[in-house]
Amino acid sequence: MANDILLEVNNLKKYFPIKKGFFGGATLNVKAVDDISFSIKRGETFGLVGESGCGKSTTGRTLIRLYNPTAGEIIFDGVNIADMKESQLMEYRKRIQMIFQDPYASLNTRMTVSDIIGEPLDIHGLASGKERQARIFNLLETVGLSKDHASRYPHEFSGGQRQRIGIARALAVDPEFIICDEPISALDVSIQAQVVNMLEDLQKKHGLTYLFIAHDLSMVKYISDRIGVMYLGKMAEIASADELYAKPLHPYAQALLSAIPIPDPEIMRNSNRIIIEGDVPSPINPPSGCTFRTRCQYAKPLCAEVEPKLVEVSDDHWVSCHKVNDPNF
Amino acid sequence: MSKNILEVKDLKTSFYTHLGEVQAVRGVSFNVGKGQILGIVGESGSGKSVTSLSVMRLLQFPGKIKSGEILFQGEDLAKKPEKEMLGVRGDKIAMIFQDPMTSLNPVYSIGNQIMEGLKLHRGLNKSEAKQEAIKMLDMVGIPAPEERIDNYPHEFSGGMRQRAMIAIALACEPDLLIADEPTTALDVTIQAQILELLRDLKDKVETSIILITHDLGVVADLCSRVVVMYGGLVMEEGEIDDIFYQPRHPYTMGLLKSIPRLDIDEDEKLVPIPGSPPDLLKPPAGCPFYSRCPYTMKICLDQFPEYTYEQNGHRSACWLNHPDAPKIEVSTGVRREAK
Repeated sequence: MANDILLEVNNLKKYFPIKKGFFGGATLNVKAVDDISFSIKRGETFGLVGESGCGKSTTGRTLIRLYNPTAGEIIFDGVNIADMKESQLMEYRKRIQMIFQDPYASLNTRMTVSDIIGEPLDIHGLASGKERQARIFNLLETVGLSKDHASRYPHEFSGGQRQRIGIARALAVDPEFIICDEPISALDVSIQAQVVNMLEDLQKKHGLTYLFIAHDLSMVKYISDRIGVMYLGKMAEIASADELYAKPLHPYAQALLSAIPIPDPEIMRNSNRIIIEGDVPSPINPPSGCTFRTRCQYAKPLCAEVEPKLVEVSDDHWVSCHKVNDPNF
Repeated sequence: MSKNILEVKDLKTSFYTHLGEVQAVRGVSFNVGKGQILGIVGESGSGKSVTSLSVMRLLQFPGKIKSGEILFQGEDLAKKPEKEMLGVRGDKIAMIFQDPMTSLNPVYSIGNQIMEGLKLHRGLNKSEAKQEAIKMLDMVGIPAPEERIDNYPHEFSGGMRQRAMIAIALACEPDLLIADEPTTALDVTIQAQILELLRDLKDKVETSIILITHDLGVVADLCSRVVVMYGGLVMEEGEIDDIFYQPRHPYTMGLLKSIPRLDIDEDEKLVPIPGSPPDLLKPPAGCPFYSRCPYTMKICLDQFPEYTYEQNGHRSACWLNHPDAPKIEVSTGVRREAK
């Protein structure tokens, strides 16, 4: 069934070196992504959740090679693109696209909408002249804007409309795989649903595969088929969306899910929330063993000594926790 | 009505820009009861933050309160001279802002920023103020407050900074606390901690709170009453149960339907509200929700409806409430039939 898998990530690491002291000396690393593995099937939406600093955005950016990975493999459609040269990457950049979080910062304010959407077409030499223009108009319509918008500048649009422009730009090269890095966090509640529904429609129509990165867990659950929960550069749990929400196993996933306020007063009155203490530790010097142990209510000495492995506990449900995986815990 | 600590009556606030008058708040009225947590929800541009800045009299040029009353403990803040406002701000009314990274002063220690208000309003000397500041930090859950008090904001994490900001706001035991999106910039696990803290503090210090947010989950968790704002106007107001289970205004119904639910397996599609909010430079004469409403009628374009009142002060401004209007299916809001 290898053909079903579009993207396979094996032991991916991304460290950012920081220098201590003026004369160099020992180099410290921010271990933003520290040895994670997962795979994404063709046509599915894989959600990646976690709190700020857990490495979810770094993962997304490393997958599209905006960052060069420190170690590990990124196997896209059977080919490892982790160490590929820039010149060879061109082809893959066409097949993998990205939608960014901030629709105010990710569009060049000095370019017209038509130039923004047309730029990927120019770079990859996909269309020119009349054909280019026709494609731009077509793309604008696909994302629910009109061709009258083509000659305007980004500041003339609302946040939701700008995000649509960003999506049109990503779609311009007809990609197979789109990395959506918090595509709706900057938008108003009533606009979020518009954009999410559009992403779903596009997926059906073009057979797209998504990596959907977000911290809004209710939205991630809604859009994703499978979800990975990250904590401090590590993958804590991977499961199908329904299973993860019905039966989270990792103590962090449990706490994260219970922390989300549900818009229903009766449920909130009767809820028993797990409130985890403290803050996320620094990724420069993460705790030994299990990185979550400093905030985990079940932590035992074993957790400080041995790093738990990501183990498949039931069909396609992976957890990295001693409490779940070790029968003697 | 001495039970209300704050009564805002027909508040109108505008920004006089070079493009013209932006009518951000166009006649808003609401009350805050003693010890109550009132939620104000709405999307960006609905006027919720401008309302709170008007109450605090923190509007900057070119913003101006055009008309209306802001009765705080019987006194009209809208007409108070700036000099007297200095005695109210930080002492009787305090505010917590959205972004703890930018609203703390980076060059003063956390302790100094808490002590500032205590020295100014309470007339404490330096060592008394310091003792008090340590107590405040302890109350908001900062570990080792004796040492942390000399730290600067950059030495605190996001959640701790928000706790420090709450400590600053509560230092003088204000009667009213305005929290403008206090958890929006925080992670969910930290948000849960801060919401828990606000709930505890409300019981401990009996402060009334206005909580401004766009997150209906936070409202359901913390508030007892909600004001739903749109286009600079109050669309609907009521007890949370009335708003969440019997919404009367199509905008409220739309909001409740457009958010995915974590606790329910649903295959149904999200129902977005089409279109985008009105331009308040040229606010519509009738209902501002006119262009996005599924039940629009002709009259909605021309005239903003009167409020219709129901039980527990539940009011809504919609022509559908008119006896001659067509009947629509009664919304049960977020209450869903068990499968």
